[in-house]
This record gives sequence, structure tokens and C-alpha cells, in this order.
Amino acid sequence: MYEFRMPSLGADMEAGTLAEWLKKPGDAVARGDIVAVVETEKGAIEIEIFAAGVLNQWLVQEGATVPVGMPLALIATDKEEAATSITAPAPAPEPAVAAVAAVQTGPPPVAQAPLTPIARSAQARVKASPAARAYAREHGIDLAAITPGKPGGAILRADAVRGAAAGPAPARKTKPGLDFDKMRHAIAAAMARSKREIPHYYLSTQINLRCATEWLAGTNRSRKPEKRLLMNVLLLKAVAQAVKAYPRFNGFYLKDGFMQAQGVHIGPAIAIRGGGLIAPAIHDCDQKSLDEIMIALRDLVARVRAGSLRSSEMSDPAITVTALGERGVDGVFGVIFPPQVAIVGFGAPHLAPVAHADGGLAVEPVMLASLAADHRVTDGHLGARFLSEIAALLQEPEKL
Amino acid sequence: MTRDEILARVFAELESVAPGCAPGNADPGVDLHDELDIDSMDFLNFVIALHTSLNVEIPESDYPKLATLDGAVAYLLQKVNG
Repeated sequence: MYEFRMPSLGADMEAGTLAEWLKKPGDAVARGDIVAVVETEKGAIEIEIFAAGVLNQWLVQEGATVPVGMPLALIATDKEEAATSITAPAPAPEPAVAAVAAVQTGPPPVAQAPLTPIARSAQARVKASPAARAYAREHGIDLAAITPGKPGGAILRADAVRGAAAGPAPARKTKPGLDFDKMRHAIAAAMARSKREIPHYYLSTQINLRCATEWLAGTNRSRKPEKRLLMNVLLLKAVAQAVKAYPRFNGFYLKDGFMQAQGVHIGPAIAIRGGGLIAPAIHDCDQKSLDEIMIALRDLVARVRAGSLRSSEMSDPAITVTALGERGVDGVFGVIFPPQVAIVGFGAPHLAPVAHADGGLAVEPVMLASLAADHRVTDGHLGARFLSEIAALLQEPEKL
Repeated sequence: MTRDEILARVFAELESVAPGCAPGNADPGVDLHDELDIDSMDFLNFVIALHTSLNVEIPESDYPKLATLDGAVAYLLQKVNG
């Protein structure tokens, strides 16, 4: 039996509140299916499963706050299903088997009692499923004015629909799905840990963007707005390709030291209006075309702002890219998001005098790129080669 | 379309790409990126929305003309009414 557990959605997460089950006992689940919604300091996250089979039993009820790693449900995996169906006709079950069966068909154990030490007050904010939030947003409903169907439970879509029918409520301008105080707390915890534990070193270089700018303008000229690319997409792809050549910047520093990530999952830092940021993963960035990265980025930005991210997007990024340039600053030197080991920063593209090797001088678009990396894993020498590789890749945008 | 109709559409699209950005309170002569804290993705989504709802071509080279509310309204008024 596979145990579906409360995942870690970031180094700073200790516990999460199970807001909503999206699969019930008896439902078939496939790898990558969204099984539950968990409320965290970074909003409501859709939790994916990485096993296939049939959901056998819930171990935790909606509304319970449980620590990272605690089993939430039992899944009969496909292999076990097959085995069960073969052995099922066998007669005369032994008492031990019957006992197990009785346990498994009984009501889900109430997990609250042993958890009280860490069960925090979740009443400070409105608990609601992403579907309920989306409905409330569309219809201008104040979720705080709605009573959940189950006392103490999260507001589900049906509750929001019922609330809407009961009468209009004044629309609120607050961000659905996010609690800014909690997010600030999460950022503070992660960044304080980073500065406490990670010996950062910093490098920067000015990248000539003439080729990239011209290529982008030429590409976008013949495209409808919805097909156009942003410079950030080129930057993400360049980092992805550079990371493949320099894999020691792509991974996690854990208690046994550096562990290289399996794929190239880059976390672009996405600001949230009103404060805070999240850097969820664009998976397999190295294998995606620029158009595919653009689609993924657009989708990610929309879901960050709607507060509906998936668990793998929270846990998988192995390097962060922050492009604060569009906010008008020349450069940004990032703080590594633990347990990652590097963050690449891009400043504002701007025009500057550039001296060429032949002694000539020209005004060209340039950008300051920076690398903050973990000295426990790499040195400035390797960091310099990594950053130079990013600069070199941006000189040939047509190959990205 | 009248100027007011265009302005209403611009407000609606900005509200939709950047919920809570309150374009009605923005200084119409100041850059939208700074005034409403919208980024390049928000701005592109704004352009897409205008392209779709007003059926006007907005080449990337014209983006600077849309940078302020006043600029955007003048540009779209001219585009829509030809």
C-alpha cells in the first residue's frame, strides 16, 4: 500500500492544512493527478500524486493541520490491485487478514488528537478550495461571509454557490488564496535560514543584448500579440542550457551535501501584487522550446496570482531566476532559496556605451546579470564560467 | 467609439489582467508599469486583450505609445476610428 503523504512545499514548511480532498476512497488515481488541496503559508496548493492505483482510504479529514511527511491517504497501487484480484477468489481468509480488512474498511481514523501540539488556528483566515475561490472571484463574493458546509471545514465551491444565491456581498479587493502576513513569515524564515547557513558568493557581468533584442523584435513583428515572446523567456532558456553544462548549480544542498537535480526545473521569481513572491518550477526548461516556455510562464504567472499552484511546482525548482530589471533597477543580487544552491539575477535591459575589441565604441542594449551561489558546492571560478556561458548563449538567440 | 468608451474598455482590461490595480486612481500621464505596478507579462496580456476586444493591430514597436493611460486612449481612439 502506497502512503500518500503531506509533501514538503519548500524548506520553510513544517505543516499544512488539508483543505479539500479531490479524490475519494474507491477513485482511481494516475501519476500526476491532483488528489488534494493543502493550505500553506504560500496559499492553497494542489497536491499531485506520484503513484498510480486506487485510493483506498483517507487517513486525515478535511480541515486537519498535519506535519510534513505524515500519511494522508493509502493508495492500493496498480501492482497490488492486480495481485489482489488474483488472490481474491481464494477462500478461507485467515483471521489476521480479516482484521486488516476490518481496519481498512472502517471509518478513517481521526488524526486530530495526536496532532494538537502543532495544529494551529486556521480560523485567522478563510479556508476555501481553489474552485470556491475562483467562483467567488468571478461572482464578486466575499468568502469571509460564507459558512462552510462542514463546521470548521474549508469553503467548497458548493458553499460559495449557496452563498451567492443567498444574496450579494460587497466585493473585496484582497488577494484570494493568499495571506500576506503568512507569506511574509514564510519568506522571512527561508531568507533568514539562507543568510545564516549558506555562504554566498556573488559575481556579475554585463551581457550585450543587441542580438537578443533584435532577434526578439524580428520574431515578434510578424506575430499576433498572443504568440509574442518576452525577453524573460530567452533568459530562462539560456539559464536552462547553461545549467545543463554546469550541473553543480542545479540541485539541493541537503544534510549529506550537494545532490544534483534530476531535470532542469527552473523557478522564475514571480511577484505577487500587494507583496511577496513565489518561484515555482517550470519543469524541464531545457527541453522546452521558447514558445513552450512562454506558455508555461504565462500559465504559471496566472496561477501564482490566482493562488492555485501544484505541489511539484513548489518542491521541484533547483535554481531560481529573478528578473527585477523590469522594475527599473540595474542589477539584482539574489538570496539563495534553500535548499537550492544558486540564484541568477537579471537587471534592466538598457542602452549603454560599449567598447568593442577593435577599439570602436557603440551604444547598445546591455543588461547586468548576476549569480549568487553556495560556496559549499562551487567556487567563483566555476561560477564565472557558468555566468559567462549564459552570456554566450544570449549572443545566439536563434539557437535557444 | 467615443473617448469615454475607450477609456472604460482600457480600465476594464487593466482590471482584468491585474486585478486590484485600480486604474481609476492612476495618474493618466504616468507610465502604467510604475503607476499600477504591472510587469511585462501583465502588459502583454493587456495588449492581447485590447487586440481581441477592439480588433486593432498593436505592433510591439507601438508599445511605448500605450505606456500611459492618456497615451493608450489617444492611440486606440485613432486606431479604432481610423
